[in-house]
Amino acid sequence: MIEAVGLHKSFGDTHALAGLDLDVAEGTILGVLGPNGAGKTTAVRVLTTLTRPDAGHATVAGIDVLRHPSEVRAKIGVAGQYAALDELLTGRENLRMVGRLYRVSTSDVRQRADELLERFELSDAADRTVKTYSGGMRRRLDLGAALMAQPPVIFLDEPTTGLDPKGRLSMWDLIAGLARSGTTVLMTTQYLEEADQLADDIVVIDHGRVIARGSADDLKRQVGGERLEITISDAPWLDLARTVLEALGEGPARVHEEERRVSVAVASHDGVLTRAIRELDAAGVHVDDIGFRRPTLDEVFLSLTGRGVVEPAEVEA
Amino acid sequence: MTGFVWWLRDSWEMVKRNLIHIRRTPELLLDVTLSPIMFVLLFSFVFGGAINVGSEGGEEASYINFLMAGIFVQTVAFAGIYTGVLLANDLQKGMIDRFRSLPMSQSAVLTGRTVTDLMRATLAVAIMWIVGMLVGFRPEGGLVGNFAAVGIMLLFGFALSWVGVAMGALVRTPEALQGIMFAVVFPLTFVSSAFVPTETMPNWMRIFAENQPMTHVVNAVRDLTLGTDLYAAELPSVIWSVAFLAAFFPLGLWLYRRRTTQ
Repeated sequence: MIEAVGLHKSFGDTHALAGLDLDVAEGTILGVLGPNGAGKTTAVRVLTTLTRPDAGHATVAGIDVLRHPSEVRAKIGVAGQYAALDELLTGRENLRMVGRLYRVSTSDVRQRADELLERFELSDAADRTVKTYSGGMRRRLDLGAALMAQPPVIFLDEPTTGLDPKGRLSMWDLIAGLARSGTTVLMTTQYLEEADQLADDIVVIDHGRVIARGSADDLKRQVGGERLEITISDAPWLDLARTVLEALGEGPARVHEEERRVSVAVASHDGVLTRAIRELDAAGVHVDDIGFRRPTLDEVFLSLTGRGVVEPAEVEA
Repeated sequence: MTGFVWWLRDSWEMVKRNLIHIRRTPELLLDVTLSPIMFVLLFSFVFGGAINVGSEGGEEASYINFLMAGIFVQTVAFAGIYTGVLLANDLQKGMIDRFRSLPMSQSAVLTGRTVTDLMRATLAVAIMWIVGMLVGFRPEGGLVGNFAAVGIMLLFGFALSWVGVAMGALVRTPEALQGIMFAVVFPLTFVSSAFVPTETMPNWMRIFAENQPMTHVVNAVRDLTLGTDLYAAELPSVIWSVAFLAAFFPLGLWLYRRRTTQ
């Protein structure tokens, strides 16, 4: 449903896109994962006809993005990082205006706006100006506007950035619902958990190109399998703990000094946990926490790029 | 439906949006209500007694009759350029990205804007006309003359709206444009026949004043409202407005496209 080949885009000396390839199958969610400045937003702007690439080509719903932009626009819905709404219009007026501009018939516009307001829990606020909406309400209305024409393809640029946990969960529900109803979704995010939860496939992009792709499980396997991880109560035991774990598992142990954490890859669960507890106890190491852990996407990113994903700290109300 | 009908519908949709903005923030109308009233009152009472605008049948001609054409044109000129401030405001907000991602006629955003501002200018003219009549303005141009005068000034305002669109698409902030607007429009109105006859200006300034578009439009409006035909300025004033439109309609559209497609 969405295909991009060799997209390039530079702004002055910055190469926002440096040969980006993407491919999203019908009815699936692709999570585009990457840190700030990786080129996620530029990629979405190119695919949604807002920005012309310097090179490369792309089709959305089988239509050439560069040659027939207005036909593409009739097939897509876009919800951005900054809710694209009119502050002085009410929620209902926003949806109806966008619907009419999508050229949906007048009677369908009214009905669909009401349905979306209901489904997105905005019925009570429908006749208030958007100026009075919270961040979460704006994002929901923004997504509602993108859905007014029931387009087969939806683009979501960091749909939950800046939302509080409650707002994030409710957006996740709505996005998961979209995919269930057969809509194709391309979603960018810098939250690893978000891609893990929602996406069928994930591409990791950095410096404007794809550096890894696959399902969340595929990507985790690239970093290595399951690990046994312990947290000890006092730093001086770190070396001792490392020796004990390396004897139990495979390969070198990873030590995180500040958090007093030691982990090692393990081939199977069989008896490993009991042996570990017994041997650590015998060595006199006091353990605060112990368990098996699969690698997070954060570690995937770290191992792919050599640096972590910066989590934005601000949360708007 | 044809592209033209869609363009009309989309433009009307944009006009409706702008009218809702005005209804929810009435202070957006201050520049076309309060300011023109103040100008009419200040100029007629403060300068009225001191400025001699020639004689008419042995009596001294009334300054308010002379002044109104100047105030009308100055107000529609400001309202026209102000389109750019409102557009620059819109460009700073996310809503333009939404419009750009919709299958709508893209120029409708601009025509909706300029048509709304034409409505604002019409309101301003109506208010000034009434206030002017209250303080002694006596338009004797007859129905046809007066309507033609209103048509000529609104055409000029609409043409300047597209100059505003081009400027609004160029500047980074609405505030910057507001500064430029005052620096350009004020000198143009003062170095024209808007408030005083050009005869008393120094020669070099007079040559400029008598040949710039503002003077032509002011003279045309003055002739038509007063039923005099001193300048025969109607044709040049319309030519100026049409020339502005022909140049700045495509330029504004092009600059807007360039600004919103990075």
